[in-house]
Amino acid sequence: MNNDLLFDFTVDKAAQTVYITREFDAELPLVWDAFTKQEILDQWAAPAPMRCKTKYMNFEVGGRRFYAMISPDGQERWLLQKYTSITPKTNFKLYNSFADKDENPELPGSEWDYNFSEQNGITKVNISIYNESLERMERLTDGFSKGFTLMLANLDDLLITLSRKS
Amino acid sequence: MKQDIFQAIADPTRRAILTLIAIQALTPNAMAEKFDMSRQAVSKHIKVLYECDLIKPEHSGREIYYHFNAKKMQEFDNWLAQFRQSWETQFNQLDKVLSTIKKQKK
Repeated sequence: MNNDLLFDFTVDKAAQTVYITREFDAELPLVWDAFTKQEILDQWAAPAPMRCKTKYMNFEVGGRRFYAMISPDGQERWLLQKYTSITPKTNFKLYNSFADKDENPELPGSEWDYNFSEQNGITKVNISIYNESLERMERLTDGFSKGFTLMLANLDDLLITLSRKS
Repeated sequence: MKQDIFQAIADPTRRAILTLIAIQALTPNAMAEKFDMSRQAVSKHIKVLYECDLIKPEHSGREIYYHFNAKKMQEFDNWLAQFRQSWETQFNQLDKVLSTIKKQKK
């Protein structure tokens, strides 16, 4: 990442909302496409080593994107996004939920709101994610958090062992 | 019924209780006095906080003192740090994708 580009991540625990701001070294139409076109989204929208694969995407109000996050061992976790509002090149909103492979959503989901603006060839994207539940939000980083929870558990065991020895 | 930590700390009174007992362990009666609330209302908040492991009871004679479980809060904050990391990774990937597309257009 170019260090001059802003990245801000804040959590308002009271409002159950995560706010993310990021600047990109590209003009707005291209960044807009990167967030709204299936063929570009699939190139970046899952944190490596995970990858994402969109089964279909209709970017229009009422339209949906049905996609899978695929872990390195080939496990697929399906998600369904429903576009609730679109102002071209400015803003779009969606409702995101986990789903089974037959597109049945698991509610509640979360509300995502994306805003785009450009200044001197740098595009700023503001994202807010409202979650009713942290439990389900935690699943978004399942791949990470599972490993992390195990690591913590291992650390607990280790600390107990060490404290017995001392 | 396991409570959701997000909902537990979304309530201003519960956040105030946590702030208070982070400084000093308190009995439910002491909390009720400090917040000018009924003992019943305090009990409800305590139940929610206890069920998501944010507070720990300690019996002292006939009284129960509640302590703040900082470790649980730390786990929550650690998880958020991972969530942040996950976004950062994706955005760095997007930087590369954008740069590739820009080169192709030239």
